[in-house]
Amino acid sequence: MKTNYLLLFLILLSSTLNAQDDLLDLLEQQEEPSTQYTYATFKGTRLINGHSIETVNQKELQFLISHRFGRINSGAHEFWGLDGAFIRLGLEYGLTDQLDIGVGRSSFDKTYDFFLKYKILRQSKGVRNMPVTVTGLFSTTVKTTPREDDDPTIDFQDRLGYAYEILIARKFSEKVSLQIMPATVHRNRIDESRFEKNDLYALGAGGRVKITKSVAINAEYYYRFNADDNSRNFNPVSLGVDIETGGHVFQLHVTNTRGMVERSIIAETTGDIGEGDIHFGFNIARTFNLGGKRTRSEW
Amino acid sequence: MKTIMIAITILLFTHCAWAQKYISESGKITFFSEAAIEDIAADNASITSIFDVGNGEIAFSLPISDFEFEKSLMKEHFNEKYMETEKYPKSTFKGVIYGFDQSRNGKQKVRAEGDLLIHGVTRRIKAEGEVEKRSEKIFMESKFMVKLEDHKVKIPKLLWQNIAEEVEVTLNMQFKPYEN
Repeated sequence: MKTNYLLLFLILLSSTLNAQDDLLDLLEQQEEPSTQYTYATFKGTRLINGHSIETVNQKELQFLISHRFGRINSGAHEFWGLDGAFIRLGLEYGLTDQLDIGVGRSSFDKTYDFFLKYKILRQSKGVRNMPVTVTGLFSTTVKTTPREDDDPTIDFQDRLGYAYEILIARKFSEKVSLQIMPATVHRNRIDESRFEKNDLYALGAGGRVKITKSVAINAEYYYRFNADDNSRNFNPVSLGVDIETGGHVFQLHVTNTRGMVERSIIAETTGDIGEGDIHFGFNIARTFNLGGKRTRSEW
Repeated sequence: MKTIMIAITILLFTHCAWAQKYISESGKITFFSEAAIEDIAADNASITSIFDVGNGEIAFSLPISDFEFEKSLMKEHFNEKYMETEKYPKSTFKGVIYGFDQSRNGKQKVRAEGDLLIHGVTRRIKAEGEVEKRSEKIFMESKFMVKLEDHKVKIPKLLWQNIAEEVEVTLNMQFKPYEN
């Protein structure tokens, strides 16, 4: 009889052990630790005027159409600036998920620009813990205004400008991402009457707050450290809204600059916010997939 | 003495039944959504599962961020706008498979019932599928529908492509005996 009780007890014991063994817990124990990379720190490759840390993915081509209208304070005759727009048309292509090349042409001083953008570090958690995403940007501009016929003293070298920028961003939460961007701009020829300098050092800061899943509010500002006290240019300030609809990102903003490349944004902003020199502008980004369709045998 | 022998046999037997677990060796889960502009499909090979042949209990787990799409933008939108992956990184299923007899050969029609967790919302679901035991391995296939609404997955209003409110999920698993 005693043995029978023992037997019963043992069976019960083994079945309790069995029941405690939750399959989901068991699965969790099997899991190998992994790294989760942050995605969608910003909706666009541009924060507002300047670049964001985001790059175009491999084999994707982004077509970016940007407009910066005239000054809102220019009055009814100019239809508050909407009569005159500077336009930049640009293409960006992802050689890899990290490395992009881009080309653009702005009607602002009839400028061509070429850039390389490389995502050096990606924010991640898990096995590999990285607090920020870091992207490097190198951009060259060629101004084709004025023409040689109009100004014989200008040669090709004079038309060139370079910008180097390190973009550092962190997605703090699903809603809030912040970015800081040390930058330097070099221009071979400058306008001395505006007390310009060949080399400018600046620090940019900006961020976004998402208000719905598809809409975000952005802000961007660059501070120039070594601008001349008499400089007739200003630090660029911008405030904008991002609206994302599938393959498109629409960015609407108000800003005191009409530049759409780093050189013009940082070094050639002419609007004085205090005087109400504000421009309305927008960017429309459309991403095309050039990688071809992945074959799917199942479907 | 006889009772002790029986006890030992039963103990061994229960122990044996307890050890009848199979773990996924490879697997793939795919979903397919018919949409106005383009159909959307994605697959995830990071799915893991444990199947207890003894009592039919089964569990699945998959990291949402490992769904691979044709276009990387789709993946981004899927994670950011639909699944809120940072908030709900995993989807799981815990349930029981009925109708599988491991002593039989060939494909067997089975049904499963259990709790499906997607986007932080658990729903009781039923699904049908096929299970086959071939030598030491178990193969499993199933196809079922998931309603986005059931799991509070909202379709953003601003998205131009209309996405079906119901997606078809296809599961393919291969199991091997589980060793502790």
